[in-house]
Amino acid sequence: VAHTGRTVGRLGEGDWDGKVSEIKKKIKSILPGTSCDLLPDTSHLPPEHSDVVIVGGGVLGLSVAYWLKKLESRRGGIRVLVVERDYTYSQASTGLSVGGICQQFSLPENIQLSLFSASFLRNINEYLAVTNAPPLDLQFNPSGYLLLASEKDAAAMESNVKVQKQEGAKVCLMSPDQLRNKFPWISTEGVALASYGMENEGWFDPWCLLQGLRQKVESMGVFFCQGEVTRFVSSSQRMLTTDDEMVILKRIHEVHVKMDHSLEYQPVECSIVINAAGAWSAQIAALAGIGKGPPGTLQGTKLPVEPRKRYVYVWHCPQGPGLETPLVADTSGAYFRREGLGSNYLGGRSPIEEEEPDPENLEVDHDFFQEKVWPHLALRVPAFETLKVQTAWAGYYDYNTFDQNGVVGPHPLVVNMYFATGFSGHGLQQAPGVGRAVAEMILEGSFQTIDLSPFLFNRFYLGEKTQENNTM
Amino acid sequence: MAAPWLSLRLVAPMWNGTRGIHRLGGAVVPEGNQKKERTMLQFLTNHFYDVEALRGYLLQREMSKVHMKNRFRDKEWIRPDKYGHFSPEFWNFREVPVEAVDASDCEINYEGLDNLLLLKELQSLSLQRCPHVDDWCLSRLYPLADSLQELSLAGCPRVSERGLACLHHLQNLRRLDISDLPAVSNPGLTQILVEEMLPNCKVVGVDWAEGLKLGPEEQPQDTASPALA
Repeated sequence: VAHTGRTVGRLGEGDWDGKVSEIKKKIKSILPGTSCDLLPDTSHLPPEHSDVVIVGGGVLGLSVAYWLKKLESRRGGIRVLVVERDYTYSQASTGLSVGGICQQFSLPENIQLSLFSASFLRNINEYLAVTNAPPLDLQFNPSGYLLLASEKDAAAMESNVKVQKQEGAKVCLMSPDQLRNKFPWISTEGVALASYGMENEGWFDPWCLLQGLRQKVESMGVFFCQGEVTRFVSSSQRMLTTDDEMVILKRIHEVHVKMDHSLEYQPVECSIVINAAGAWSAQIAALAGIGKGPPGTLQGTKLPVEPRKRYVYVWHCPQGPGLETPLVADTSGAYFRREGLGSNYLGGRSPIEEEEPDPENLEVDHDFFQEKVWPHLALRVPAFETLKVQTAWAGYYDYNTFDQNGVVGPHPLVVNMYFATGFSGHGLQQAPGVGRAVAEMILEGSFQTIDLSPFLFNRFYLGEKTQENNTM
Repeated sequence: MAAPWLSLRLVAPMWNGTRGIHRLGGAVVPEGNQKKERTMLQFLTNHFYDVEALRGYLLQREMSKVHMKNRFRDKEWIRPDKYGHFSPEFWNFREVPVEAVDASDCEINYEGLDNLLLLKELQSLSLQRCPHVDDWCLSRLYPLADSLQELSLAGCPRVSERGLACLHHLQNLRRLDISDLPAVSNPGLTQILVEEMLPNCKVVGVDWAEGLKLGPEEQPQDTASPALA
C-alpha cells in the first residue's frame, strides 16, 4: 500500500491522521529489518568462554596478561579475561605503594627478578608501546637504596652483598666513615655496615606502570570485566600415586563472575585460572577448595597469604637531606625517601608482629608515626627532629605468613589454578619478571628464563621455607 | 769546567677553571731533583767529565719524557680517510689515555655508554643535545668519579632533575653544564639543589632567579593603565 499522506476525501472524515500513524506502526512491525529487542543487552558481562581468567587486575594480574599475549605463538591464540572487583583501585596495593625497586635481596631468584624488572622499566616504551599513544614517563629516580645494618646483622649483609654482586647487581658496601663522608646528614650511631645500590635501584610512579600495562593489554585484545569472582565450578578425578595413595585432582571448569551492585552473574567457561588477587588471594583460593581438608595434608594446606596494613607518611622538612638522598632503610626497620624537589619526604616502618594493625580498613593511625617511626628517623637523621607531617595513607601487603616470599606456579591438586601473589611488599618491583614466569609456565610448561621453583606452592606442605632475609 | 745548572721541573697539567675541553694538556714545565743529590752531584760534575756526561744523559731523558707527554700539541686531528678507515699508525696510540670525549649530538644510548665507562682517565665529557641520554644513563656515570672534572648535559631532552641527583658520585667534578634541559620541572630550584649537592663544582646554565615571581613593589610600571594598589 503506497501511502502518500494526503487526505483522500473519498475515504471520509474522522481521525485520518491517527489512523495514518497506526497503519505506519503496523507496517513497520511487519517489514523485515526492524530492530529486534528479543535479546537483552549483555555488553557489561564478561564473555561466556575464555581460555585464561585472571582474578585481580593489579600490576601482577596485568603483567601476567601482558606476557601471555606477548609470548603466545599465534596472534589471537589465547583469549584472556581479567576480572577486577574495583575499577578505582582504591584498595589495591599497586597504587598505594611507595614504588621502590631494589636488588638488595638474599635470594638469587629475587635479585634476578628485580634486575629484569629494572631493564623492563628502562625500556618500558619499547615493551608497552601503543600506536598513537604518548610515551610513558615513569618518573624514575635512580637514587638507589641504602640499607643500614647494626653489629649483629653486619655479617648477613656482607654475605648478601656477595650474592647480589654474583648475580650482577651493582651494590657496594660502606663503612660508617664512608657513610658520614658521603651523606653528612646521617648519624652513624649503631650502624656497623651499609650497602648502597649504585644502579638500577630507586623509585618510580606505580600508577604510570599500571596505566601503561592497562592500555597496552587492552590494545592486545585482553578482555576486562568489573566484577567479583564468587564461585568456581570444578570437576574432580581420583588418581593413585606410585605409593598407591588416593589423590583427588580438581580442575576448574567455570568461574562465576558477579556484577557490581546486582545479583547478576556470568559463568565463564575457562581452562586456566590465575590467582593474582593480592591481599585477598586466600579467599579466592578457599573458593577453589584449597585448604579444605584435614590439617597436615596437602588438601588441608591453605594459601598462607593475608592482608597486612602498612602506613606511609609524608612530611616536610626544610633542612632535610639533599637531592642525592637514596631510599634509606634504617636498622630499626624505618625507611624514608625524598618526594619531589620541595623538601618533602615519605616513609614508614613495618610494625613488629605484636603490633600489627587490624586490616579491616585502610584508616591511618597517626600515633604510630609519633611513637614508632619518628623517634627512629630523628635518631638516624638529626635534621628530622623538626619535621611536619603533611599527609598519610595506608595500603595492604599481600603478606605471606610462611616465609614472606611470593607464591608462583600451579597448585599441586587444583591443577589449573596458578598463583602470582604473596609478595609481601615487593610485588610491584617483581611484577614484570613474575608475569613472564607465569606466562612461560602456562605456555611452555616450565620456567624458561628465571627459575622460580623455590616459589611453588608445594613448599607450604613440605615445610621448606624460602626465606628472604632483607624484607622491609 | 762547570756545566750549566739546569733546573728541570716536570709538572702534570694543572686544572685551570677557564680552560675548555680543547685546551687540556697545556703547558708542561720541567721539574727538579732532590736538594742533597743536587749538591753532591754538582760537586762531582765540577770535577769529573764522566759525571757531567751522566748528568747530561739524565737531562736528555727527562726532556724526552716531557716531550712524550706533550707530543699531541699543535698536531692535526686524526681523521678517517675517504673510505672511513683510520691509518695503521692510529694503532700505535693504544696506550694513550683518552682525556676528553665530545659526544655532542651523538645517538649514544644506555648500552653505548659501556664504551665510555672503560676510560679510567676521562676528564671531560660532553653529552650536549644527545637525544637518547636520559636519567638511567646518568646513573651509570659513577665509575668515572675519580677522573671526571667536566661534564656537559646541555640540551639533552630526556634528562630530568631525577637523573641529576645521581651526579653526586662525581666528587671531582669542577664544571657542570645543565642549561636548556626541557625535562627539568623547575630549573631554578634544581640549580640550587645541584649546587648544594656538589659544593666543589661550578654549576652553569640556569639562573637561580628563573621562575621566581616579582613581589608587588617590584612590578614593572605599566604606563598604559593607571597605577593599581
